[in-house]
Amino acid sequence: MTAVLHRPRLTVPVSERDHVLGPATARVTLLEYGDYECPFCGEAHPILQQVRQVIGDDLRFAYRHFPLTQIHPHAYQAAEAAEAAGAQGRFWEMHDLLFANQDRLGLRDVIGYASALGLDLERFVTELRNDTYAGRLREDFLSGVRSGVNGTPTFFINGVRHNEGYDLEALLEAIRAEL
Amino acid sequence: MGEHRGEALQAGTPAPEFELKSTPDQSVRLGDFRGRRLIIAFYPADWSPVCTDQMALYNEILPEFQRLGAALVGISIDHAWCHVAFAQSRNLHFPLLADFHPKGEVAQAYGVYDDEIGMSERALFVIDEEAVIRWSYVSPIGVNPGADGILAALESMAEVPVPA
Repeated sequence: MTAVLHRPRLTVPVSERDHVLGPATARVTLLEYGDYECPFCGEAHPILQQVRQVIGDDLRFAYRHFPLTQIHPHAYQAAEAAEAAGAQGRFWEMHDLLFANQDRLGLRDVIGYASALGLDLERFVTELRNDTYAGRLREDFLSGVRSGVNGTPTFFINGVRHNEGYDLEALLEAIRAEL
Repeated sequence: MGEHRGEALQAGTPAPEFELKSTPDQSVRLGDFRGRRLIIAFYPADWSPVCTDQMALYNEILPEFQRLGAALVGISIDHAWCHVAFAQSRNLHFPLLADFHPKGEVAQAYGVYDDEIGMSERALFVIDEEAVIRWSYVSPIGVNPGADGILAALESMAEVPVPA
């Protein structure tokens, strides 16, 4: 009786609800479940930027939050900061800043990044304080749990969990196999 | 499958009773969970790498397990003192039980002890209110099995009243 699939499938497909980079018509969608305080996700971040450069318009990249809050005390707030920036149209800029500053994810830090991005700070702070994006973060997390995310980062390529490594070569190979 | 050495107990089998230390001076018995659902996660050892750690993941999913009426325990051959340090460092909110003496006895009883390496396999059991195994799964030892299988098993069992 084996209910755990070796290559689990994504239960909630990438859609308009998601933060994406690249055209909707791209032949390959690469989805990451990540945590801004996870060092492995931090290592993967520049690699993913390279992957996007190399593959170009054939690739759409999407990111969902999977904060491991009990071992990463700032991960949840960082994810909220990304969403709050996203509400003002600057999700990816905040995303890059958070990964570039993984050891500076306190409240003052993220407000500083919001300020550097020229966000409406009052709105940003209010949204963090009110936990405005709790539902969204929970949705991301549970969609990951249901899809076989077992740690961070976990990647899905065209809806199938990528079980191999996430160095540049491994990711390129897996993506090219879909082209 | 095929990677494991023993024969893991299958669905429909009564879950073997156990009494194991959760701390140096406290014990937990299977019987303590009678009337509730229980997830048992056997794992080889404490202190595996953080971000892909199975116990850290389950810790995060604990509210979802509880919503489905299930408690969770982790079992490995580590000593209770080791479990205490590990649980503190990872901020774990569920008991880790020490299958330490006689070493691996409970893992043996559930058919998931690997004699070659002297540790339990990475194995999951979902046990119902009557202490009958309803689902079991053995993962390749290096692979964190995640939680989707556990959740599917819990949901396939009869509905429990969800607390308001």
